Amino acid sequence: MSITALLLTLVFIGLTILLSLWQRLGLERDLLIGTVRAALQLTLVGYVLLVVFELREWPFIVLMVMVMILVAAQNAARRGSRIPGVFWRVLAAITVTEVMAMLVMLGLDIIPPTPQYVIPISGMVVGNAMVVAGLLLNRLQSEMEASRQQIMVALSLGATARQAVLPVLRKTVRAGTIPIIDNLKTVGLVQLPGMMTGLIIAGVSPEVAVRWQLLIMFSLTAVSAICAIVLAFLTYPALFTAAHQLRTDALSRSG
Amino acid sequence: MTNSNLLPVPEQEPLFLLDDLWKSRFDGKNRVNVLEGVSASVEAGRIVTVVGPSGSGKSTLMLLLNRLEEPDSGRITYLGRDLREWNVLDLRRQVGMVFQQPVMLSGSVRENVLYGPRLVGEERDSDPEALLGRVGLDPSLADRDARELSGGQQQRVALARVLANYPAVLLLDEPTSALDENASRMIEELVVGLQREKGLTCIWVTHDLSQALRLDGETWVFDSGRLVESGSTMEVLSQPRHPAAREYLKSRLERGEAR
Repeated sequence: MSITALLLTLVFIGLTILLSLWQRLGLERDLLIGTVRAALQLTLVGYVLLVVFELREWPFIVLMVMVMILVAAQNAARRGSRIPGVFWRVLAAITVTEVMAMLVMLGLDIIPPTPQYVIPISGMVVGNAMVVAGLLLNRLQSEMEASRQQIMVALSLGATARQAVLPVLRKTVRAGTIPIIDNLKTVGLVQLPGMMTGLIIAGVSPEVAVRWQLLIMFSLTAVSAICAIVLAFLTYPALFTAAHQLRTDALSRSG
Repeated sequence: MTNSNLLPVPEQEPLFLLDDLWKSRFDGKNRVNVLEGVSASVEAGRIVTVVGPSGSGKSTLMLLLNRLEEPDSGRITYLGRDLREWNVLDLRRQVGMVFQQPVMLSGSVRENVLYGPRLVGEERDSDPEALLGRVGLDPSLADRDARELSGGQQQRVALARVLANYPAVLLLDEPTSALDENASRMIEELVVGLQREKGLTCIWVTHDLSQALRLDGETWVFDSGRLVESGSTMEVLSQPRHPAAREYLKSRLERGEAR
Protein backbone atom coordinates (compact mmCIF):
# COMPACT_ATOMS: atom_id res chain seq x y z
CA MET A 1 0.00 0.00 0.00
CA SER A 2 1.41 3.35 -1.04
CA ILE A 3 1.82 6.33 1.31
CA THR A 4 -0.85 8.14 -0.73
CA ALA A 5 -3.27 5.29 -0.16
CA LEU A 6 -2.39 5.30 3.53
CA LEU A 7 -3.07 9.03 3.81
CA LEU A 8 -6.37 8.54 1.99
CA THR A 9 -7.51 6.19 4.76
CA LEU A 10 -7.78 9.34 6.87
CA VAL A 11 -10.99 9.93 4.91
CA PHE A 12 -12.60 7.46 7.32
CA ILE A 13 -11.52 9.50 10.33
CA GLY A 14 -12.66 12.72 8.62
CA LEU A 15 -16.02 11.14 7.98
CA THR A 16 -16.36 10.12 11.61
CA ILE A 17 -15.46 13.63 12.76
CA LEU A 18 -18.07 15.11 10.44
CA LEU A 19 -20.67 12.68 11.76
CA SER A 20 -19.69 13.55 15.32
CA LEU A 21 -20.00 17.29 14.63
CA TRP A 22 -23.29 16.86 12.84
CA GLN A 23 -24.86 14.69 15.54
CA ARG A 24 -23.09 16.59 18.36
CA LEU A 25 -21.58 13.40 19.73
CA GLY A 26 -18.61 15.31 21.16
CA LEU A 27 -16.18 12.64 20.02
CA GLU A 28 -13.82 14.87 17.98
CA ARG A 29 -11.19 15.36 20.64
CA ASP A 30 -10.94 11.69 21.54
CA LEU A 31 -10.99 10.75 17.87
CA LEU A 32 -8.06 13.03 17.08
CA ILE A 33 -6.05 11.83 20.06
CA GLY A 34 -6.86 8.21 19.22
CA THR A 35 -5.92 8.60 15.58
CA VAL A 36 -2.59 10.28 16.32
CA ARG A 37 -1.76 7.74 19.03
CA ALA A 38 -2.65 4.77 16.86
CA ALA A 39 -0.55 6.07 13.97
CA LEU A 40 2.45 6.89 16.17
CA GLN A 41 2.32 3.72 18.27
CA LEU A 42 1.97 1.40 15.29
CA THR A 43 4.67 3.16 13.26
CA LEU A 44 7.00 2.99 16.24
CA VAL A 45 6.22 -0.69 16.83
CA GLY A 46 6.78 -1.32 13.12
CA TYR A 47 10.31 0.03 13.39
CA VAL A 48 10.98 -1.80 16.64
CA LEU A 49 9.82 -5.04 15.04
CA LEU A 50 12.05 -4.37 12.07
CA VAL A 51 15.04 -4.09 14.39
CA VAL A 52 14.11 -7.12 16.50
CA PHE A 53 13.49 -9.26 13.41
CA GLU A 54 16.91 -8.26 12.06
CA LEU A 55 18.72 -8.97 15.31
CA ARG A 56 17.09 -12.35 15.94
CA GLU A 57 18.37 -12.21 19.52
CA TRP A 58 16.35 -13.89 22.28
CA PRO A 59 16.86 -11.17 24.90
CA PHE A 60 15.15 -8.65 22.62
CA ILE A 61 12.21 -10.93 21.98
CA VAL A 62 11.80 -11.57 25.67
CA LEU A 63 12.12 -7.88 26.47
CA MET A 64 9.47 -7.00 23.94
CA VAL A 65 7.06 -9.62 25.25
CA MET A 66 7.70 -8.35 28.79
CA VAL A 67 6.78 -4.82 27.75
CA MET A 68 3.57 -6.14 26.21
CA ILE A 69 2.72 -7.99 29.43
CA LEU A 70 3.46 -4.93 31.59
CA VAL A 71 1.24 -2.64 29.55
CA ALA A 72 -1.51 -5.25 29.38
CA ALA A 73 -1.39 -5.88 33.13
CA GLN A 74 -1.54 -2.19 33.94
CA ASN A 75 -4.48 -1.73 31.63
CA ALA A 76 -6.46 -4.70 32.97
CA ALA A 77 -5.65 -3.90 36.62
CA ARG A 78 -7.62 -0.65 36.33
CA ARG A 79 -10.79 -2.72 36.37
CA GLY A 80 -10.09 -3.84 39.91
CA SER A 81 -8.44 -0.83 41.47
CA ARG A 82 -10.02 -1.52 44.88
CA ILE A 83 -8.46 -4.92 45.19
CA PRO A 84 -5.14 -4.71 47.05
CA GLY A 85 -2.14 -5.67 44.91
CA VAL A 86 -4.32 -6.20 41.87
CA PHE A 87 -1.57 -5.18 39.42
CA TRP A 88 0.79 -7.91 40.63
CA ARG A 89 -1.94 -10.50 40.51
CA VAL A 90 -2.88 -9.57 36.93
CA LEU A 91 0.78 -9.43 35.95
CA ALA A 92 1.34 -12.92 37.32
CA ALA A 93 -1.79 -14.29 35.64
CA ILE A 94 -0.92 -12.87 32.21
CA THR A 95 2.71 -13.99 32.52
CA VAL A 96 1.71 -17.55 33.45
CA THR A 97 -0.72 -17.58 30.53
CA GLU A 98 1.86 -16.35 28.00
CA VAL A 99 4.54 -18.73 29.27
CA MET A 100 2.20 -21.72 29.04
CA ALA A 101 1.02 -20.76 25.56
CA MET A 102 4.60 -20.37 24.33
CA LEU A 103 5.74 -23.59 25.99
CA VAL A 104 3.11 -25.51 24.06
CA MET A 105 3.60 -23.73 20.74
CA LEU A 106 7.39 -23.78 20.78
CA GLY A 107 7.73 -27.05 22.69
CA LEU A 108 5.55 -28.97 20.23
CA ASP A 109 7.19 -27.13 17.36
CA ILE A 110 3.86 -25.71 16.19
CA ILE A 111 5.55 -22.39 15.44
CA PRO A 112 9.23 -21.78 14.70
CA PRO A 113 11.21 -19.96 17.42
CA THR A 114 11.75 -16.82 15.37
CA PRO A 115 10.64 -13.28 16.21
CA GLN A 116 8.28 -13.10 13.20
CA TYR A 117 6.18 -15.82 14.82
CA VAL A 118 6.80 -15.40 18.53
CA ILE A 119 6.12 -11.67 18.78
CA PRO A 120 2.84 -11.33 16.87
CA ILE A 121 1.41 -14.48 18.40
CA SER A 122 2.51 -13.38 21.86
CA GLY A 123 0.78 -10.09 21.14
CA MET A 124 -2.46 -11.90 20.44
CA VAL A 125 -2.07 -14.12 23.50
CA VAL A 126 -1.26 -11.22 25.82
CA GLY A 127 -3.94 -8.98 24.32
CA ASN A 128 -6.54 -11.68 24.76
CA ALA A 129 -5.40 -12.39 28.31
CA MET A 130 -5.71 -8.66 29.04
CA VAL A 131 -9.31 -8.54 27.87
CA VAL A 132 -10.16 -11.68 29.83
CA ALA A 133 -8.41 -10.34 32.96
CA GLY A 134 -10.31 -7.04 32.81
CA LEU A 135 -13.59 -8.85 32.26
CA LEU A 136 -12.87 -11.23 35.11
CA LEU A 137 -12.02 -8.49 37.61
CA ASN A 138 -15.17 -6.60 36.73
CA ARG A 139 -17.26 -9.69 36.98
CA LEU A 140 -15.62 -10.94 40.16
CA GLN A 141 -16.45 -7.74 42.00
CA SER A 142 -20.06 -7.65 40.87
CA GLU A 143 -20.57 -11.36 41.55
CA MET A 144 -19.01 -11.00 45.00
CA GLU A 145 -21.49 -8.27 45.79
CA ALA A 146 -24.42 -10.16 44.36
CA SER A 147 -23.45 -13.26 46.35
CA ARG A 148 -22.31 -11.46 49.47
CA GLN A 149 -25.06 -12.89 51.68
CA GLN A 150 -24.44 -16.43 50.44
CA ILE A 151 -20.75 -16.00 51.19
CA MET A 152 -21.51 -14.72 54.70
CA VAL A 153 -23.86 -17.64 55.33
CA ALA A 154 -21.27 -20.16 54.11
CA LEU A 155 -18.57 -18.58 56.30
CA SER A 156 -20.91 -18.57 59.29
CA LEU A 157 -21.44 -22.31 58.84
CA GLY A 158 -17.70 -22.90 59.11
CA ALA A 159 -16.64 -22.73 55.45
CA THR A 160 -13.14 -21.50 54.62
CA ALA A 161 -12.86 -18.43 52.43
CA ARG A 162 -12.08 -20.70 49.50
CA GLN A 163 -15.05 -22.98 50.10
CA ALA A 164 -17.35 -19.99 50.52
CA VAL A 165 -16.19 -18.23 47.38
CA LEU A 166 -15.88 -21.24 45.08
CA PRO A 167 -19.36 -20.96 43.50
CA VAL A 168 -18.62 -17.29 42.75
CA LEU A 169 -15.25 -18.13 41.21
CA ARG A 170 -16.83 -20.77 38.99
CA LYS A 171 -19.44 -18.33 37.73
CA THR A 172 -16.81 -15.68 37.09
CA VAL A 173 -14.43 -17.97 35.23
CA ARG A 174 -17.30 -19.19 33.09
CA ALA A 175 -18.26 -15.62 32.28
CA GLY A 176 -14.66 -14.86 31.32
CA THR A 177 -14.39 -17.85 28.99
CA ILE A 178 -17.81 -17.89 27.35
CA PRO A 179 -17.18 -15.04 24.84
CA ILE A 180 -14.32 -16.84 23.14
CA ILE A 181 -16.22 -20.12 23.07
CA ASP A 182 -19.14 -18.32 21.42
CA ASN A 183 -16.61 -16.89 19.01
CA LEU A 184 -15.44 -20.40 18.11
CA LYS A 185 -18.98 -21.29 17.11
CA THR A 186 -19.61 -18.33 14.80
CA VAL A 187 -16.17 -17.62 13.36
CA GLY A 188 -16.13 -17.56 9.58
CA LEU A 189 -19.91 -17.27 9.42
CA VAL A 190 -20.21 -13.81 10.94
CA GLN A 191 -16.80 -12.35 10.27
CA LEU A 192 -13.42 -13.29 8.89
CA PRO A 193 -11.03 -12.89 11.77
CA GLY A 194 -8.22 -10.34 11.64
CA MET A 195 -5.27 -12.65 11.32
CA MET A 196 -6.75 -14.60 8.44
CA THR A 197 -7.80 -11.41 6.68
CA GLY A 198 -4.28 -10.04 7.07
CA LEU A 199 -2.65 -13.17 5.69
CA ILE A 200 -5.00 -13.30 2.70
CA ILE A 201 -4.37 -9.64 1.87
CA ALA A 202 -0.64 -10.27 2.16
CA GLY A 203 -0.99 -12.94 -0.52
CA VAL A 204 -1.12 -16.16 1.48
CA SER A 205 -3.55 -18.76 0.19
CA PRO A 206 -6.82 -18.96 2.16
CA GLU A 207 -6.09 -22.62 2.93
CA VAL A 208 -2.91 -21.73 4.82
CA ALA A 209 -4.52 -18.63 6.37
CA VAL A 210 -7.26 -20.85 7.81
CA ARG A 211 -4.71 -23.14 9.48
CA TRP A 212 -3.09 -20.19 11.20
CA GLN A 213 -6.44 -18.84 12.24
CA LEU A 214 -7.40 -22.16 13.79
CA LEU A 215 -4.15 -22.28 15.71
CA ILE A 216 -4.85 -18.81 17.08
CA MET A 217 -8.45 -19.50 17.95
CA PHE A 218 -7.74 -22.77 19.72
CA SER A 219 -4.81 -21.35 21.63
CA LEU A 220 -6.74 -18.22 22.61
CA THR A 221 -9.51 -20.43 23.99
CA ALA A 222 -7.03 -22.10 26.31
CA VAL A 223 -5.46 -18.71 27.05
CA SER A 224 -8.82 -17.32 28.18
CA ALA A 225 -9.51 -20.26 30.43
CA ILE A 226 -6.01 -20.31 31.93
CA CYS A 227 -5.87 -16.57 32.50
CA ALA A 228 -9.36 -16.51 34.04
CA ILE A 229 -8.68 -19.42 36.40
CA VAL A 230 -5.22 -18.25 37.48
CA LEU A 231 -6.41 -14.70 38.07
CA ALA A 232 -9.53 -15.78 39.94
CA PHE A 233 -7.53 -17.96 42.31
CA LEU A 234 -4.84 -15.33 42.76
CA THR A 235 -7.39 -12.59 43.44
CA TYR A 236 -9.93 -14.10 45.82
CA PRO A 237 -7.51 -14.23 48.81
CA ALA A 238 -7.26 -10.44 48.62
CA LEU A 239 -10.99 -10.25 49.32
CA PHE A 240 -10.72 -12.12 52.62
CA THR A 241 -8.69 -11.78 55.80
CA ALA A 242 -6.56 -14.57 57.21
CA ALA A 243 -9.41 -15.31 59.65
CA HIS A 244 -11.79 -16.09 56.76
CA GLN A 245 -13.61 -12.77 56.99
CA LEU A 246 -14.97 -10.97 53.94
CA ARG A 247 -13.04 -7.75 53.39
CA THR A 248 -15.78 -5.31 52.62
CA ASP A 249 -13.32 -2.51 51.81
CA ALA A 250 -12.05 -4.44 48.77
CA LEU A 251 -15.51 -4.41 47.20
CA SER A 252 -17.00 -1.32 45.66
CA ARG A 253 -19.95 -1.08 48.01
CA SER A 254 -19.11 -0.37 51.65
CA GLY A 255 -21.07 -1.27 54.76
CA MET B 1 -7.38 -16.64 103.17
CA THR B 2 -10.00 -19.26 102.44
CA ASN B 3 -11.27 -21.52 105.11
CA SER B 4 -9.78 -24.96 104.38
CA ASN B 5 -12.87 -26.72 105.71
CA LEU B 6 -14.98 -25.35 102.89
CA LEU B 7 -14.80 -26.69 99.38
CA PRO B 8 -14.00 -23.89 96.98
CA VAL B 9 -17.18 -22.88 95.19
CA PRO B 10 -16.44 -23.08 91.45
CA GLU B 11 -17.36 -19.71 90.11
CA GLN B 12 -19.57 -20.04 87.05
CA GLU B 13 -17.52 -18.68 84.20
CA PRO B 14 -19.55 -16.71 81.67
CA LEU B 15 -19.84 -18.23 78.21
CA PHE B 16 -19.14 -14.94 76.49
CA LEU B 17 -17.30 -12.03 78.00
CA LEU B 18 -17.34 -8.78 76.02
CA ASP B 19 -14.77 -6.26 77.11
CA ASP B 20 -14.87 -2.65 75.86
CA LEU B 21 -15.70 -3.36 72.20
CA TRP B 22 -15.26 -0.55 69.70
CA LYS B 23 -16.03 -0.75 66.04
CA SER B 24 -16.27 1.88 63.33
CA ARG B 25 -17.21 1.73 59.68
CA PHE B 26 -16.87 3.89 56.61
CA ASP B 27 -20.25 5.34 55.86
CA GLY B 28 -19.65 6.86 52.44
CA LYS B 29 -16.95 9.32 53.44
CA ASN B 30 -17.04 9.50 57.20
CA ARG B 31 -15.87 6.99 59.73
CA VAL B 32 -18.73 6.42 62.16
CA ASN B 33 -18.68 4.46 65.37
CA VAL B 34 -21.03 1.51 65.32
CA LEU B 35 -20.03 0.21 68.72
CA GLU B 36 -18.71 2.43 71.50
CA GLY B 37 -17.21 0.59 74.42
CA VAL B 38 -19.61 -2.32 74.78
CA SER B 39 -18.95 -4.59 77.78
CA ALA B 40 -21.22 -7.44 78.83
CA SER B 41 -21.33 -11.09 79.71
CA VAL B 42 -23.57 -13.98 78.73
CA GLU B 43 -24.14 -16.98 80.98
CA ALA B 44 -24.42 -20.40 79.38
CA GLY B 45 -27.96 -21.58 78.67
CA ARG B 46 -29.55 -18.13 78.74
CA ILE B 47 -31.62 -16.30 76.17
CA VAL B 48 -30.52 -12.72 75.71
CA THR B 49 -32.72 -10.48 73.61
CA VAL B 50 -31.00 -7.47 72.11
CA VAL B 51 -33.20 -4.45 71.34
CA GLY B 52 -32.62 -0.88 70.22
CA PRO B 53 -33.13 1.46 67.27
CA SER B 54 -31.93 0.50 63.78
CA GLY B 55 -28.26 1.24 63.35
CA SER B 56 -27.51 1.06 67.05
CA GLY B 57 -24.90 -1.65 66.54
CA LYS B 58 -26.88 -4.81 67.30
CA SER B 59 -26.17 -6.61 64.03
CA THR B 60 -22.53 -5.61 64.14
CA LEU B 61 -22.25 -7.14 67.60
CA MET B 62 -23.61 -10.43 66.24
CA LEU B 63 -20.96 -10.44 63.50
CA LEU B 64 -18.25 -9.94 66.11
CA LEU B 65 -19.42 -12.86 68.26
CA ASN B 66 -18.67 -15.48 65.62
CA ARG B 67 -15.76 -13.49 64.24
CA LEU B 68 -17.29 -12.76 60.85
CA GLU B 69 -15.90 -9.32 61.67
CA GLU B 70 -13.19 -8.02 63.94
CA PRO B 71 -13.61 -5.27 66.57
CA ASP B 72 -11.30 -2.24 66.20
CA SER B 73 -10.41 -2.62 69.85
CA GLY B 74 -11.61 -4.56 72.86
CA ARG B 75 -11.77 -8.25 73.50
CA ILE B 76 -14.28 -11.07 73.37
CA THR B 77 -13.67 -14.29 75.23
CA TYR B 78 -15.64 -17.46 74.64
CA LEU B 79 -15.34 -20.15 77.32
CA GLY B 80 -12.52 -18.17 78.88
CA ARG B 81 -10.42 -18.00 75.74
CA ASP B 82 -9.92 -15.01 73.49
CA LEU B 83 -11.88 -15.44 70.25
CA ARG B 84 -8.66 -14.93 68.32
CA GLU B 85 -7.16 -17.99 69.98
CA TRP B 86 -9.94 -20.24 68.72
CA ASN B 87 -9.76 -21.95 65.37
CA VAL B 88 -12.17 -19.62 63.63
CA LEU B 89 -13.83 -22.40 61.64
CA ASP B 90 -14.52 -24.43 64.80
CA LEU B 91 -15.73 -21.31 66.57
CA ARG B 92 -18.27 -20.53 63.85
CA ARG B 93 -19.61 -24.06 64.01
CA GLN B 94 -20.05 -23.73 67.77
CA VAL B 95 -21.50 -20.23 67.59
CA GLY B 96 -24.12 -20.60 64.87
CA MET B 97 -25.79 -17.67 63.19
CA VAL B 98 -29.26 -17.16 61.74
CA PHE B 99 -29.44 -14.06 59.57
CA GLN B 100 -32.35 -11.70 59.10
CA GLN B 101 -32.84 -12.72 55.48
CA PRO B 102 -33.08 -16.47 55.04
CA VAL B 103 -30.40 -16.89 52.38
CA MET B 104 -30.51 -20.26 50.68
CA LEU B 105 -27.34 -21.70 49.19
CA SER B 106 -27.77 -23.23 45.75
CA GLY B 107 -29.15 -26.72 45.61
CA SER B 108 -31.83 -28.70 47.39
CA VAL B 109 -33.08 -28.30 50.94
CA ARG B 110 -31.06 -31.39 51.87
CA GLU B 111 -27.88 -29.91 50.43
CA ASN B 112 -28.49 -26.75 52.42
CA VAL B 113 -28.96 -28.65 55.66
CA LEU B 114 -25.90 -30.81 54.98
CA TYR B 115 -23.68 -27.85 54.06
CA GLY B 116 -22.03 -27.54 57.47
CA PRO B 117 -21.52 -31.27 58.14
CA ARG B 118 -20.10 -31.75 54.63
CA LEU B 119 -17.42 -29.17 55.26
CA VAL B 120 -15.94 -31.45 57.91
CA GLY B 121 -16.87 -34.76 56.28
CA GLU B 122 -19.58 -35.59 58.81
CA GLU B 123 -22.54 -35.82 56.50
CA ARG B 124 -23.01 -39.52 57.23
CA ASP B 125 -23.76 -38.72 60.86
CA SER B 126 -26.41 -36.18 59.93
CA ASP B 127 -30.04 -36.86 59.41
CA PRO B 128 -31.43 -33.97 57.36
CA GLU B 129 -34.97 -35.34 57.44
CA ALA B 130 -34.94 -35.47 61.24
CA LEU B 131 -33.59 -31.92 61.40
CA LEU B 132 -36.32 -30.72 59.06
CA GLY B 133 -38.88 -32.42 61.26
CA ARG B 134 -37.44 -30.71 64.29
CA VAL B 135 -37.90 -27.25 62.75
CA GLY B 136 -41.47 -28.16 61.82
CA LEU B 137 -40.91 -28.79 58.12
CA ASP B 138 -42.24 -31.79 56.23
CA PRO B 139 -39.22 -34.06 55.60
CA SER B 140 -40.53 -34.63 52.08
CA LEU B 141 -39.35 -31.11 51.27
CA ALA B 142 -35.73 -32.35 51.45
CA ASP B 143 -35.36 -32.81 47.71
CA ARG B 144 -37.01 -29.56 46.70
CA ASP B 145 -34.92 -26.66 45.40
CA ALA B 146 -34.35 -24.56 48.53
CA ARG B 147 -34.92 -21.30 46.65
CA GLU B 148 -38.45 -22.32 45.71
CA LEU B 149 -39.67 -22.43 49.31
CA SER B 150 -41.61 -19.64 51.03
CA GLY B 151 -39.81 -17.16 53.27
CA GLY B 152 -41.06 -18.84 56.42
CA GLN B 153 -39.97 -22.26 55.20
CA GLN B 154 -36.59 -20.90 54.15
CA GLN B 155 -35.99 -19.39 57.58
CA ARG B 156 -36.71 -22.78 59.12
CA VAL B 157 -34.31 -24.43 56.66
CA ALA B 158 -31.74 -21.83 57.70
CA LEU B 159 -32.29 -22.79 61.32
CA ALA B 160 -32.03 -26.53 60.54
CA ARG B 161 -28.83 -25.80 58.60
CA VAL B 162 -27.28 -24.13 61.63
CA LEU B 163 -28.51 -26.87 63.99
CA ALA B 164 -26.84 -29.50 61.78
CA ASN B 165 -23.53 -28.16 63.11
CA TYR B 166 -24.62 -28.89 66.72
CA PRO B 167 -23.91 -25.36 67.92
CA ALA B 168 -23.64 -24.44 71.60
CA VAL B 169 -24.74 -20.88 70.90
CA LEU B 170 -27.25 -19.45 68.47
CA LEU B 171 -26.95 -15.87 67.27
CA LEU B 172 -30.26 -14.77 65.78
CA ASP B 173 -30.34 -11.46 63.95
CA GLU B 174 -34.03 -10.58 63.68
CA PRO B 175 -34.82 -13.99 62.23
CA THR B 176 -38.57 -13.44 62.27
CA SER B 177 -38.82 -9.85 61.04
CA ALA B 178 -39.75 -10.98 57.53
CA LEU B 179 -42.17 -13.65 58.70
CA ASP B 180 -45.85 -13.61 59.54
CA GLU B 181 -47.14 -14.07 63.08
CA ASN B 182 -47.58 -17.85 62.84
CA ALA B 183 -44.18 -18.53 61.35
CA SER B 184 -42.57 -16.23 63.94
CA ARG B 185 -44.22 -18.01 66.85
CA MET B 186 -43.15 -21.35 65.47
CA ILE B 187 -39.49 -20.27 65.33
CA GLU B 188 -39.72 -18.79 68.83
CA GLU B 189 -41.16 -21.97 70.32
CA LEU B 190 -38.58 -24.04 68.55
CA VAL B 191 -35.64 -22.02 69.81
CA VAL B 192 -37.00 -21.82 73.36
CA GLY B 193 -37.50 -25.58 73.25
CA LEU B 194 -33.90 -26.11 72.21
CA GLN B 195 -32.70 -23.78 74.92
CA ARG B 196 -34.66 -25.66 77.60
CA GLU B 197 -33.86 -29.18 76.37
CA LYS B 198 -30.31 -28.82 75.12
CA GLY B 199 -29.12 -25.86 77.14
CA LEU B 200 -28.52 -23.88 73.96
CA THR B 201 -27.47 -20.30 74.63
CA CYS B 202 -29.27 -17.74 72.46
CA ILE B 203 -28.54 -14.14 71.63
CA TRP B 204 -31.53 -12.83 69.75
CA VAL B 205 -31.79 -9.40 68.11
CA THR B 206 -35.38 -8.27 67.80
CA HIS B 207 -37.50 -5.17 67.19
CA ASP B 208 -40.54 -6.85 68.60
CA LEU B 209 -40.84 -6.16 72.34
CA SER B 210 -43.65 -8.65 72.81
CA GLN B 211 -41.34 -11.24 71.31
CA ALA B 212 -38.68 -10.28 73.86
CA LEU B 213 -41.26 -10.72 76.61
CA ARG B 214 -42.30 -14.13 75.31
CA LEU B 215 -38.68 -15.27 75.14
CA ASP B 216 -38.39 -14.00 78.71
CA GLY B 217 -34.70 -14.06 79.53
CA GLU B 218 -32.30 -11.23 79.73
CA THR B 219 -32.55 -8.06 77.63
CA TRP B 220 -29.90 -5.63 76.43
CA VAL B 221 -30.89 -2.21 75.14
CA PHE B 222 -28.57 -0.59 72.58
CA ASP B 223 -28.51 3.06 71.64
CA SER B 224 -26.02 4.63 69.19
CA GLY B 225 -23.48 1.88 69.65
CA ARG B 226 -23.72 1.78 73.43
CA LEU B 227 -25.20 -0.87 75.65
CA VAL B 228 -27.32 1.46 77.78
CA GLU B 229 -29.31 -1.02 79.83
CA SER B 230 -29.32 -4.69 80.67
CA GLY B 231 -31.15 -6.95 83.09
CA SER B 232 -34.01 -9.40 83.16
CA THR B 233 -36.42 -8.78 80.28
CA MET B 234 -39.34 -8.05 82.60
CA GLU B 235 -37.33 -5.55 84.61
CA VAL B 236 -35.78 -3.77 81.63
CA LEU B 237 -39.04 -3.46 79.71
CA SER B 238 -41.18 -2.37 82.65
CA GLN B 239 -38.76 -0.11 84.50
CA PRO B 240 -36.04 1.16 82.18
CA ARG B 241 -33.64 3.48 84.01
CA HIS B 242 -31.59 4.95 81.18
CA PRO B 243 -33.32 7.85 79.35
CA ALA B 244 -32.40 6.49 75.89
CA ALA B 245 -33.82 3.08 76.79
CA ARG B 246 -36.96 4.72 78.14
CA GLU B 247 -37.41 6.72 74.98
CA TYR B 248 -36.85 3.74 72.69
CA LEU B 249 -39.27 1.53 74.60
CA LYS B 250 -41.87 4.29 74.65
CA SER B 251 -41.62 4.78 70.88
CA ARG B 252 -41.91 1.03 70.28
CA LEU B 253 -44.95 0.77 72.55
CA GLU B 254 -46.68 3.71 70.86
CA ARG B 255 -46.07 2.13 67.49
CA GLY B 256 -47.43 -1.14 68.85
CA GLU B 257 -50.64 0.53 70.05
CA ALA B 258 -51.15 2.31 66.77
CA ARG B 259 -51.01 -0.97 64.90
